[in-house]
Amino acid sequence: MSDITKQSLTELVENIKNKKLSSTEVTKAFIDRSEKSEELNAYITNDFTSAVDKAKKFDQKPNLDLKLPGIPMAVKDLFCTKNIKTTAGSKILNNFVPTYESTVTENIWNEGAILLGKLNCDEFAMGSSNETSFFGNVQNPIDKDLVPGGSSGGSASAVAGQLTPITIGTDTGGSIRQPASFTGIVGLKPTYGSCSRYGIVAFASSLDQAGPMGQNVKDCALLHEVISSYDPKDSTSIDFKRNHFSKELTNNIKGKKIGIPKEYRVDGMPKEIEDLWQKGIQYIKDCGAETIDISLPNTSYALPTYYIVAPAEASSNLARYDGVKYGFRAKGENLIDMYEKTRSEGFGTEVQRRIMIGTYVLSSGYYDAYYLKAQKVRKLIKNDFDDVYKKIDAILTPSAPSSAFKIGEKTNDPVSMYLNDIFTVPVNLAGLPAISIPAGHDSNGYPLGLQIIGKAFDEQNILNIAYAMEEKINFKNKITDWWIK
Amino acid sequence: MSKKNSEYLINRKDNQYEVVIGLEVHAQVLSESKLFSTSATKFGAEPNTQVSLVDAAFPGMLPVINEFCVKQAIKTGIGLNAKINKRSVFDRKNYFYADLPQGYQISQFKDPIVGEGKVILDMPNGQKEVGIERLHLEQDAGKSIHDLDPQNTFVDLNRSGVALMEIVSKPDLRSPDEVNSYIKKLRSIMRYLGTCDGNMQEGSLRADVNVSVRPKGSKEFGTRCEIKNVNSIKFMQMAIEYEANRQVDLMEEGKTIDQETRLFDTKKNETRSMRSKEDAHDYRYFPDPDLLPLEVSEKFIEELRNDIPELPDDKKRRFIEEFKLSPYEANILVSDIDTAKYFEEVVTKMGKNKDIKLAVNWITGELFAILNSKGLEISQSPVSAKNFAILINLIKNGTISGKIAKTVFELMIDGDKDPQKIVEEKGLKQQSDPKALESLIDKIINDNREKAIEYKQGKEKLFGFFVGQAMKASGGKANPQLINEILKKKL
Repeated sequence: MSDITKQSLTELVENIKNKKLSSTEVTKAFIDRSEKSEELNAYITNDFTSAVDKAKKFDQKPNLDLKLPGIPMAVKDLFCTKNIKTTAGSKILNNFVPTYESTVTENIWNEGAILLGKLNCDEFAMGSSNETSFFGNVQNPIDKDLVPGGSSGGSASAVAGQLTPITIGTDTGGSIRQPASFTGIVGLKPTYGSCSRYGIVAFASSLDQAGPMGQNVKDCALLHEVISSYDPKDSTSIDFKRNHFSKELTNNIKGKKIGIPKEYRVDGMPKEIEDLWQKGIQYIKDCGAETIDISLPNTSYALPTYYIVAPAEASSNLARYDGVKYGFRAKGENLIDMYEKTRSEGFGTEVQRRIMIGTYVLSSGYYDAYYLKAQKVRKLIKNDFDDVYKKIDAILTPSAPSSAFKIGEKTNDPVSMYLNDIFTVPVNLAGLPAISIPAGHDSNGYPLGLQIIGKAFDEQNILNIAYAMEEKINFKNKITDWWIK
Repeated sequence: MSKKNSEYLINRKDNQYEVVIGLEVHAQVLSESKLFSTSATKFGAEPNTQVSLVDAAFPGMLPVINEFCVKQAIKTGIGLNAKINKRSVFDRKNYFYADLPQGYQISQFKDPIVGEGKVILDMPNGQKEVGIERLHLEQDAGKSIHDLDPQNTFVDLNRSGVALMEIVSKPDLRSPDEVNSYIKKLRSIMRYLGTCDGNMQEGSLRADVNVSVRPKGSKEFGTRCEIKNVNSIKFMQMAIEYEANRQVDLMEEGKTIDQETRLFDTKKNETRSMRSKEDAHDYRYFPDPDLLPLEVSEKFIEELRNDIPELPDDKKRRFIEEFKLSPYEANILVSDIDTAKYFEEVVTKMGKNKDIKLAVNWITGELFAILNSKGLEISQSPVSAKNFAILINLIKNGTISGKIAKTVFELMIDGDKDPQKIVEEKGLKQQSDPKALESLIDKIINDNREKAIEYKQGKEKLFGFFVGQAMKASGGKANPQLINEILKKKL
């Protein structure tokens, strides 16, 4: 059975469609491996029993026209799932069971997939190492005591560790791409407005996007095709013609112009990352595409801008967790006391820090200096991209300034932790799509990723570039199953 | 207090003070569903039965603007002769309270949907223009109920998310009477437009009242206090009177007035400090990232403009011109849309040979009296406009006298009866046959010879006696005009 979990989504779909495998076999294989993988702490909640029931039911009357026929799948615990506990990695939602389903997961189940469980993540998706989760650290399957990245750390770990054939994460400032890079998998952050935010626990509304995380580009293309949809329930969802990403996928990127932004060559960046980037440039050329040096002059303002905009929105989005209606409630002498105790005990340190930052930057007297200015800079960052996209098709950068680090290494240094997002946040601020693909290893054998940033709504193009590069790179993830007992 | 030249001034020793008032009216948008969700908005429903996941702010729930509410706000803006902003922005107003599930209210702060406009008031000594600063859309909060349990507060979220229009006036009002007139005018305009039912008992219309005072003749504004959430015109007037006098007293004592938010205690008839400027909430307004800026096209606005019915000011003008009513009469008829509708229906039903003046007198007299005594709105009138018109015509064409008409009217009330039938069945038709009346009068003169002689000798007062006798003899049905004529001839 063990080789089942090694198969990619595309292979599994094919094998189920050809009746070489049943959904029950596949589902049981992933459950079996998941059960042996407790040490990764990738799951917050599992739904294995009903997953097997659903798989059996599927096999009795299999609908093989679906895009994800009987495919088991665990998802990040930020997606509300009907009748399944949804925590967002927080104590404050530790007992929260939604009566509704997020649009993105609804799309997935409608195509025949089966929920395995809910995957660990940083609390309210705030973190770059999955260390802020109320449910504990997640281990990176690459090596013991290595962070999987964050905030979609459980998702990345579960895909790399073959606990789920594919998954979905959310990306507010790099939360899909950075963990994908840390665990040697592919992660796509779609254009803002491409996937509905309905039913996703909100972190920063103007930045949040759901996206696929998988073993390879084709798997991600397939899942993206399922989750991307126009949704009237989300006012920021955009109604545009969506591609059949997996069908239209091609490795022919001859003549494409790929920009190499000089501002991404940051001080103190390890040589390994620089070398990887250069290798990436060579791969691009090998594929018959052209690289062009470009400038995105406002890049250095992206991180501070992000750390004003995102906490500002978060401070307001998280106001609803007040102990009144649902979730955790602490006892208090009166209403104010109950609020204070509930939120002090219910939220972790990082979430509290960001609520404080956000509250501060929105306060009267500071609003203009921080929030308003950040919004203006955000526009400049977007303008940078608009300018360069007049002459190029996509941009190539590293996904993160380092490989995965040790658990606990950066927990006491939030700024150093925030620096992890330096290459990913400009994309969210500009609302663009970007994909991270594994492209090499550092001296420890830890994976390193490259990021391809596209024009808005041009996911097909970056998927194609990633697909072509993937073939050239021929990356092999070094998974030793060290955690399996 | 003096009201010389109808000016509302507060007098203290040698000083006179002028009161400056501005209102922030919260008008509930007349709409089946809420501003950002599809929940119902019916008044008086069981607690928490009109609450969606969005209204209760469940994780991952998102607001979606209700286009109908946007149309209602724009129509109201047009009714207020105001500038409609093609681009407006929804902001979050952040504060914590148990009946505010999101932890913020979605409102419009910097860029409201409606800009400056004006409203004309008809005051006893002429018209007065009151400027409108802006109108914006916002969500209502839920309701905290503190008096059902000694330990707990209950929360009803039925109102949570209901659409409100906040209409902010300029500080142009100068007296409680003007406030009364202003609120009634706003209410009237919105009821004409069908954008707010104006029902103050149900909380569909309430106001925050900003009051300041200044020495008469001063051009500078004084420090203002805001009296929160007053829900009747009477209370607004009482609160203003109390608050203005309180501020004047402070000024007279040489004390300063603190800018603060106050509450009106309706039982004690006084305002009380709620929070000072220093304690004022920092609402941390910022554009709601869940909603895109609201953009409406010129065409969208024009279509709504074409849909605007005749409003009270225009209707008044037309009534004066077309029906030759006095401005006073026209005002009474147009101020409430249902009265205007009733009146116009009566006019139509009266047909060609109509007496509009008579109809107006009967509506404002007999009909209003009946409605008042029964506590009914004109829309619930027990006498339909059709039957009312028939009654007026019966008076006009001399079939019945005004006096008999009152009897008939009373009989009509029960089951909206046709007055024609009542007159026939009860034999109330006026006697207008000159021959019959002549013989009746001959008999009376015969029976009262002495009085007739006295009359001829110059005791003219006795004429009334003969009229009375004739009416009595006819059972009140004699045509009084004919009686007069015949008596004059015969005596």
